[in-house]
Formats: sequence, structure tokens, C-alpha cells
Amino acid sequence: MVESIQSPAEATYWLIQGRILFLVIHLLGTACFAYIVAKRLVPLLRGERDFRFDRPLARLGRVLKFWLGQWRHPRYKAAGIMHVLIFAGFILLATRAFALILGFADSNVLPGSLGHAYDVVRDYATTVVFFCMVIAASRRLVFKPARYAVPDKYGKAHTADAIFLLGLIATLMVADSLFAGSKAAAQSQLGQPVEFLAVLSLPWILKNAVLTAPLATLQNLHLGGYLLHDLTFFFLLCYRPFGIQFHVETSLFTIFFAKLDRGTLKPVRWGVTDEHLDQVKSLGVKTFEDFTWKHMLDFYSCADCGRCSDNCPANAVGRPLSPRFLTIKARDYSFQHYPVLGGSNNGTLLIGSIYSEDEVWSCTTCGACEQECPLLVEYIDKIVDLRRGMIDDGNVPQSLQKPLKALESRGNPYGKMEKKKADWAKTKEFQQACEVKVLDGNGDADTLYFVDSITSYDDRMQSIGRATAKILDQVGENFGILGAAEKDSGHEVRRFGEETLFMALRDHNVHAIKASGVQRIVTADPHAYNALKHDYKDVPPVEHISQVIAREVKTGKIKFNPVENGKNTYTYHDPCYLGRHNQVYDDPREVLDAIPGLKRVEMARSRDRSFCCGGGGLMLFYEPKEDQRMGVKRVQMAAETGANVIVTACPFCMVNIEDAIKVAGMEGKMTAIDLTELVDQQMVRGANAEGDSLLANSTSCHPERSEGPAVLRES
Amino acid sequence: MEILVCARRVPDTSENEIELNSAGNDIERDDLVYSINEPDNYAVEEALQIVSRIGGSVTVVTVGGEDDEEILRREMAMGATHGVLISDDAFGGSDGRGIATILKAFVQKGKYDLVLTGVQAEDGGAQVGGMLAAMLDYPFASLVNSIEVLDGGKLKISREIAGGNKEMNEIDLPCVLSIQTGINEPRYVGMRGIRQVASVPIPTYGASDLGVDPGAVGQAAAKVKRVDYFVPALGKGAEMLQGSREEIVEKVVELVAAKGGLK
Amino acid sequence: MARIFTYIAHKSGVPDDSAAELMAAARKIDAASSPTAIVTGWGPDLDAVCSSLQSSYAETWKISNEALVYPNAELVRKALVKVLPPGSILLVAHEHFGIDLAPGLSVKMNAAFVSDVLGIEGIEGSTLRLIRQEFGGQVSAHVQCDISSGAVITLRPGAFKPLEQASANGVVADKSPELGPLTAGRRYLETIVAEAGDVDITKHAVLVSIGRGIQEKNNVAIAQELADALGAAVSCSRPVVDAKWLEKSRQVGSSGKTVKPQVYLACGISGSFQHLAGIKGNPFIVAINKNPKAPIFQVADVGIVDDLLEFLPELTNKIREMHSVSVK
Repeated sequence: MVESIQSPAEATYWLIQGRILFLVIHLLGTACFAYIVAKRLVPLLRGERDFRFDRPLARLGRVLKFWLGQWRHPRYKAAGIMHVLIFAGFILLATRAFALILGFADSNVLPGSLGHAYDVVRDYATTVVFFCMVIAASRRLVFKPARYAVPDKYGKAHTADAIFLLGLIATLMVADSLFAGSKAAAQSQLGQPVEFLAVLSLPWILKNAVLTAPLATLQNLHLGGYLLHDLTFFFLLCYRPFGIQFHVETSLFTIFFAKLDRGTLKPVRWGVTDEHLDQVKSLGVKTFEDFTWKHMLDFYSCADCGRCSDNCPANAVGRPLSPRFLTIKARDYSFQHYPVLGGSNNGTLLIGSIYSEDEVWSCTTCGACEQECPLLVEYIDKIVDLRRGMIDDGNVPQSLQKPLKALESRGNPYGKMEKKKADWAKTKEFQQACEVKVLDGNGDADTLYFVDSITSYDDRMQSIGRATAKILDQVGENFGILGAAEKDSGHEVRRFGEETLFMALRDHNVHAIKASGVQRIVTADPHAYNALKHDYKDVPPVEHISQVIAREVKTGKIKFNPVENGKNTYTYHDPCYLGRHNQVYDDPREVLDAIPGLKRVEMARSRDRSFCCGGGGLMLFYEPKEDQRMGVKRVQMAAETGANVIVTACPFCMVNIEDAIKVAGMEGKMTAIDLTELVDQQMVRGANAEGDSLLANSTSCHPERSEGPAVLRES
Repeated sequence: MEILVCARRVPDTSENEIELNSAGNDIERDDLVYSINEPDNYAVEEALQIVSRIGGSVTVVTVGGEDDEEILRREMAMGATHGVLISDDAFGGSDGRGIATILKAFVQKGKYDLVLTGVQAEDGGAQVGGMLAAMLDYPFASLVNSIEVLDGGKLKISREIAGGNKEMNEIDLPCVLSIQTGINEPRYVGMRGIRQVASVPIPTYGASDLGVDPGAVGQAAAKVKRVDYFVPALGKGAEMLQGSREEIVEKVVELVAAKGGLK
Repeated sequence: MARIFTYIAHKSGVPDDSAAELMAAARKIDAASSPTAIVTGWGPDLDAVCSSLQSSYAETWKISNEALVYPNAELVRKALVKVLPPGSILLVAHEHFGIDLAPGLSVKMNAAFVSDVLGIEGIEGSTLRLIRQEFGGQVSAHVQCDISSGAVITLRPGAFKPLEQASANGVVADKSPELGPLTAGRRYLETIVAEAGDVDITKHAVLVSIGRGIQEKNNVAIAQELADALGAAVSCSRPVVDAKWLEKSRQVGSSGKTVKPQVYLACGISGSFQHLAGIKGNPFIVAINKNPKAPIFQVADVGIVDDLLEFLPELTNKIREMHSVSVK
């Protein structure tokens, strides 16, 4: 008669002593895992440089928030909460797993009551993880959320792989519970002190299930459970680097090394200055090895959750782009070309093999994917790097070549004459209301209004320019414009991968801005705002006009008349480069809410989940293959809220939304207005003029003026 | 295959608003931006594609001044093997025939299997290619929108004729072809590409280098001269047609016919 | 005064419409002139063309050769060089054949060459004053041409209005025997006819362009009928493509094609910046729109405020009517 149950270490498995068997398994498993990981690191070592070691504290903070804190997971409630539970379970169980591996045995790692508390938590963690696996499997098999589907063009469904992995984890949980449950059952049969098992936990249930089993069976279950757990654990460990489960290992690093600054783009080459860029033979990403090591790490870390593509507007309208598969395809490429067994074969051009040209041009760089990714995987930098490669090879759609050429020769994508850049400010009515100075470098203004191409040249968008000027005038700003000296901000030029042209535009503008002697810059175009803020260096601080308005509403310099038509319902559309990329969500809303009588509703997709209108700048010239226009989808979203006026704060949003209203056949039912136009329309004119001596000194604009001198001094 | 492409630098109509100067006899040239004549760019791309298929070299030549080097560099950045500038004071004011005479002398100095031009220039009109071919006694085809190299020193080409139809021809080499836009999708060249060929020397040839008689070219020899530019008088804004529908229809027919819109 | 010839293109035994236009142009050079038509070809088709030209041309030169059964510019050039007297002025339509023929012919004739002429102002001594368009039609130019050793001039189709005149009762002179053997370095193989839907709107002189005002797909036929009557193509603005009423290849605008027609009928097009960006070369724009405030009226030459679904069919009928009259 056995007096007590044998621990796996003491037991004999098929004539081999447990201690030795498990030592062999652990050593083999660990070696195998180390080998696989080393092989996985090979492409990373061949990848491009990437400086990701700066600001370690900020990076640590992100690890705490996004990795340990699982910050973004609950954005998708069901899957998110489940992931948080599984993650928590894993963290807790990892401690036990290590204990088991190290000690082979039954002892608690923590002493006393703390250890007891841990056991309770552990038992429930096992249970929770197990049930999460069951639920996750049922989601994959029964409920099938749309975002998990794999369109035909991207290969076969990933369901089998997912179920296999879920099964492995469930097996781990069951084996572990069986190990503990069988022991407790044996102890209870032998009348020994029974190891505590939390009530209704998986080990507890299993214990009760085998409570009356013969002792020999319990011994076998105990030893078998351990063996099964051990084998499954190491199998899973070595299997993970072959698929999405690799994120268990890599996510911590991906998040630590994640990009810290929104709205920015990575340099063409880390460590190469602009001046030396011409000496670099090949720009951008053409082969897999042109990706930086961090971007390769991203490919390993993707957990295939589909949130990026679920939020991607290009994917939503049927463009040939899905961020999820941008990553999955690259990961598969890397697995295929850097196999665990055998040598690597590299150097294939990505465009034409795993990526198509249209796929790469389809991205509007709206950032919805990056906003959503729980692991902070980067997409925009990769897309831009791929575009840089295509530009370098001359591989550019004809529809984009003309505007690029015009930007080179004229400084704007429309090929319009520089001398007409300030024509928007020359309409008769407007000149009577407001004089806009063209700055000639004699320090005659504090503030520069950076207009940018579309607002300067597009008949419709010029109204945004005039409204902005009148607002700046109203708040007593001493401002001017660069006129012919202003070239396109180059924001989209850069995001379309034409870095060299961007640098020329930027350098020209930086020079002109400095020469103007202004202290600060205001713009009504979020693309220009983002460029000036993040892409330019050494220019005065820049604000978007919505920030100025919000501030001046608070100071009282801007007061509003109540809306005349109380029947309208307004909704605000967040421009990507104001919202997501620059976090300006509240200022425009505060301005709207300050207008008496204005009724405002929110679209389901608002703020950081705003849905891109179709893209700005050069994207207006690109001819995408799509089933529907993004703008149409967006206008329909606005209509669903019951709104009949869409307020936006970006001229490109205006182009796309107004076009979309027509395409959707909603003319008369829906209108679009820019925030500046609405403010200009509702603003109480000259409200602060009385007694405000500043105004008289600082501005030359008078709403009441009926005629004026030559309004524009050409510089 | 050794291919020569004759290119020109012209004010790009998509990036210029061509206006008359204050004297009203010429266009306002102060604010013009120039680029390679669009069909010429397609010709270079086509030459590059032929060479990438069967080997050879692409030389781009232009008759002009120093400023015109710019387009040679652009085409070299695209991949052209050589750029050649033909420049001489004696060449100024040449008409189409003068340019063809100069190019003929250049072609005869080298050994080219195929000479390409763009179908027409913004300010010219489908002249030089056909004239050059006749001077060289080479076969010629205009409006070419596909080229296939056949064995035995021949090409199979298609010409774009009315209604979008294609006229298929076989043509012996050496020959001159004028290339229609749309034959291919020219690759993009940015400032970086141009800078990378900035220091490549561009040989320049003058009248004596080519053995061209200065009296046979230039302003004096030109049989065709532009006297001035003008803008045909046109009303401003739309003239809103009033009256019964029948009257308006009649008026529209009359106006459209006057503008050459009726067959 | 130099003798004026017109080269008459023809197809299936019928002279090209340009025959009458070339006659009108010749009269503009010299009101008293009686130009001679030259026709090259082979077989009964050639005879049919020559006889139909007798009503308008006092003299027609027939050049008959089996090698000329398909108009190969190189062969035609060789034939013309042999028959044309020194110092002749030859007028040719500026289309795919004339572009092939004229420059080389001028070299071989040692004559001046002017292409794509839109107007003829007259002649002074040996100087002919012509009008051309440059820079995609943004400006016109006066050109003078020394015709002392003859000239080859290509004329833009449609630019010269055919004259009404009494029957010429002309004669046909056969110049064929003067030709020697004809060979060319270029040989015609076949003509590949464009498939339907393969319309290149950038190459059309007249466009019937439709916008959202066309309202539904079935109404596109209304515009197509007008285009057929005008010999034009149907183009459109972006919303029409988005609605999948027409193919993307028909779209005019910054995200579509850039067109340079002579006449642009903007039907139900509001005239957005993006659309107008695709219209170059300063065409004559006729705008039809229900909305009198549509921006298209700012840029159009002629505006009509009407329902295009009712207006277009009437316009089509009127044009068809005119055709049936002119054919008779």
C-alpha cells in the first residue's frame, strides 16, 4: 500500500527516473526554442537600422500601459476582456510554470498565507483561461466575427490554426489541473492534509471527479498530468514562433520599441542626414531586408486579431489593402525565406510578389489601424517606406506623376502659377471686409497664416481661407500670409514617398517662414499643421485654427450669435491629421458647443475612431480601385445619427465629403461646412473692438470698412 | 539596338497659363515653367523598354541652348545612356525643316537602328520626325502606339488611327517613328534621380562639328516663321441663351457648327 | 500664282468629308483658284471617288496603282513627287494619313511645310499668312510661310467651313502612267478595330460630357445619341463613374482624363474645380444645367438653363435633320 503519492521527479516513467526524464525534456525544449528564436532573429539582424533605444522611461511607461495594462484590448469588448483575462492568467500561471519547471514539484513558491492566496488565484486563473479558450474557440467556430475572415485573395482561413492553439492552451490548463486535482484526491483518500483547491475551480472540479478513483489511477493521473503539461508546454513554446502565438514572446519587445511620436514619419534611413541622402544608393523598402528590424519584429508580433483591418477605411471600401494582411504576408514571407531548417534566400522584390502597387498606394495614412492595434504595430512608416522604394524605382501611377511634377516646378500639385497663390484674398467683397498682408520679411506681422495649396487655389476651399482670415482679424491677430513665397507644405508628398521633393518644399518654406520674422504660425489645414509641427524643424510654434478659436471663445474675443435655423443637427467629423495624429478632439467640439442653439450629435465612429473621408493631398489625384468611396460611407454614417450638417476642419475632408454628398444623392438632405466657415457665419462681428486698443494697433482688418487701399502687397 | 530619341523642351501646358504679353505679340514668358515635350518622354520610355528587352543603348538628343540640358538630365535619370546637346547660334530661329536638317547631320555621324520622336510638340505640329526620315531616306511612321521587334531588322508597329482603331504595319530598320502618348507608362523621375546624373558630362555639338551649313538652317533659311501670338476674341462668362427651346436648339447647333463641332 | 492641289482621302469609294473643307481652304488662299483634287488608290473604289469629285472639283487627278490600294504614305509620297509640278501648294487634312505623308513630302518637294492650320488669312506675293494654335490651343499664332518653292499644308479637320457651290462638272485626268514601280520600307498588315468601350475621350474633338444631372444609367443613352449624331464621344464627371454609369476611361477631371477638345458640351455638370482641371486647350464650352447658379456657367461660353433630359433629344433631332439635308 502506497503511503503517499509520488511526485513526478521521484517517479519512474518507463524505467527512466522522472527527474532525469524531465531534465532531458526541459533541456531539449529550451534548446530547441533557443535555436528557433535565433533563426527568427536572422532577418532582424539583416534588416535596416532603427533607433529605438532612446527615452527608456517613456518606453517602460508604454510597456506598463499597453503590455501589462492591456490598455487597448477592451476597445473590442468581448475579445478584449477575454484577452485581458487570458493575459492575466498567463502572467499568474507563468510563475507556477516556472516553479514547476525549476522545482519539478509541489512546493509553493510563496511562503505562508501569501502562498495560499496565490494558490487560490492560480486555481481560478487556470479555470478562467480554460473557459476563455472554450469561448474563444466557440467564437472562431460558431459566432465567427467578420474581422477574422480571410478573403480568398489572401489565402485560406486561419481557423484551424487558431483552434489548434486554443486546444493546446486548454490542454495545458487541464493537464495542470489534473496534476493538482489527482494529488488532492489521493491525499484525501490517504487521509493526509489535502492541498487546498479553490472551490469550483478547474482543479477542484477535477479533484471531485476523480475523488473515488483507485489510488493507482490517481498516481497515474498525477504523473500523466505532469508529463502532458510538460510536453504541451514545450511543444507550445517551440510551436509559437511559427505563427501568431509568437506574440506571447515578442509583444513585450514590440511595445517597448514602439514608435513614441504620433504624426511623425521615420527618416528614410536612420543615421543618414538629409544632406547625405543623395549618396544612398537605393531608397525605401524594395526587398524584405530593407525593412528595419523593428518593423520585422512587428510582423512576428501580429496576433492576427484583425482590428486594424476592421477599422481601415481602405479595406472598408474594397480597396486592395488590408493592414492585417500587409503584416501577415510579410511574416509568411519571412518564415518562407528564412526557414528554421536550411539556409535563407532573400532579395526578392516585394512589389509584384507579395504586395501590389495598388495595395501600397491605397493607404490614406489615416492611422486608424495604428490607433487600434493592441501591440502598437506600425503601418504608416512601412507603407511610406514601400512608397519610397517605388518612387526610387520610378514606379509611380501616371495620375500621380503630373501633380508631383507640378509640385516640383510650381510648388503646388495643380500646376497653378505662384503669382496667383494669394488670389483668394483678392475678391472684392472680402477685400472690403478684411485686408490680408503678404509678408515681405520686415517683421510686420506676429503670426503667419499658412494657407497651403488647396485653400489657395481651389475655388471652393478659398472660402475656408477667407473665413480663417476673418477669424484671425476678429481676434485681433496681426497676421499675414507668404503669398507666392509659400509652396505646398509637402505633407502628402512626403507620405507618398517622395522625400527628396518634400525636402525641397520644406527647405523653401522654412526659409520663407524665417524670413517673414513671425512668432507663430496658424493654419486651417490639418495636413499643413501636421507637416509644420512634425515634419519641419526650426519653425515657430504652429496651431490649428480650431485651437485658436477654442481659446478665443474662452477669452471672449469670439462670441456667437445663436443659430438661425434651430432645426439643423450638426455632427463633427474628425480629420485624421487633426484628431488621431495630433489629438485635437475637444477644441472643435467646444467651439461648436459654444454656439447658442446648436444641436450636436456624435457619430459612432468619432474621435480616435474617426473614419477617413478619402484622404488628402495627392490622394485626390490617385485613382483607387474601390467599390465605394470612403466619403460616401462617412456621409452615410453622419446620416445615421440624424445629422444634416457635417462640420469638419480640413479642406480635403470638405472636398471628399461634399463630393460624397452628391454621389450619395443626398444633396438637399445633407450639407458640409468647415468649422471656420461656421464660426465666420455665427461670429458676432467686432464684438471686442470697443475699448480694445490692441485691435487698432495690431490689425489692419476692419469688418465695417467699405473700401480700402491696395490690399495685397506682392512680395 | 542603338536608339536615338529626339526630344524638345517646351512650356508645359498643364503647368502654365499661356497668356499674351502686354505688347500682345508674344506669350508672357516670365513665369513659364518648362519640361520635356510629353510625347518625347513616352518615346524615351519606349526606347528604354526596347533596350531592356533586347539590349542596346538609348541616346537622347535635343537642339537648343544650355537651358535645354535640363531635359537631357531628366531623361538620363530615367535611364537613357547618353544625352547630347546640339547648340549653335546659327541654329536659332530654325523652322521644323531646319531642325530636321541639323538632326539629320547628327544621325549620320552615328549609327542608329531606330530614331524616335514624339508625335508632336506643344508649339510645333508633327513635323520633324517625318522630315528627318525623308532626308535620311528612312521609312517613317507617325502616331505609333506599339512596337514589337521582329527578327531580320524589322519592327511590327501599330499606329493610332481614327476611332481608336489600330493600323498594323511592318517597317524596316533603320527607320524613324513618331511616338504617340499612351504607348507606355513612363517611369517617374524625381529631383533625386536628376541630381544623381548632374555631373555626367553632356557633349555639345555645333554646326561645324556636325558639318551643317549655317546658311541652310536658322532664321534666314526658315521658310516658315511665326509672326506673333494672339488670343481669338471670346466673350467673357457664359452667354446665357434665352428664348424657346426650339430657338435655343437652333442657336446651339449654329454655334457648335461654327466651332467645328459638326461633321 | 502657284497651282493648288488637294489630296483627297477616301474610304469605300466615298471621298472624305475633308474634300469640301480643303476646297474651301484653297479658295481662302486664292479666291480665284480652282484647285485640283488628287486621289490615289486602285480599282473601282478609286473610280467612284473620282467621279463623285467631279461635281465639286474642276479637275481631278487620278493616280491608280495596285500598290496604293491601301494608302501607304511612303508610296503616296513617291507617287506625288512624280506628278506634282514644281512650286505646287498641296493641302492635306491633318489626320493620321496627312501626318504620315506631309512632312516627308515637303522635304522631297523642297517645299515649305505648315501643319495643323486652322485659318488662312491670305497671300502677299510669295508669303502666305496662316493661323495655327499652340500650347494646347491656349493661344493662336500668325504664321507666315514662303511658298516660292511650293508648300505642303495640313489643315485641321472641321476648321474650314465647306462652301456651297454649283456643280463643277469637272474632268478626271489619269496620271497613273507617270509612275514607275512603287516599293516602301513600310508595309501595311491589317487594321485592328477598337472594341466597344475602348473610346479614347482625349482624342475627340467634340465631347458630350455628362454629370450627375443625367440622373440614371438609362439616360446615358440620351447623351450617346447626341454624340453619335455629332460624331462625338461621351465623357463624364466623376459622380457618373462612381455610380458605375460609365467606365473610368470616360472621366474628365483631375482624377480622370485630361481632354483638349474643340467643343465641350457640359450636360448636367456643375463644374467642380476637379472636373474643370481636366479640360484643357480652351474649348468652346456649351453648358446645359437646370441650376442657373451652377459654376459651370462661369467658365462656359454659352449657357442654357434647361432640363437636359428634354433638351438633349431635341438637339439630337435637329442635328440629325441637318445631316439628312446635307446628304441629299
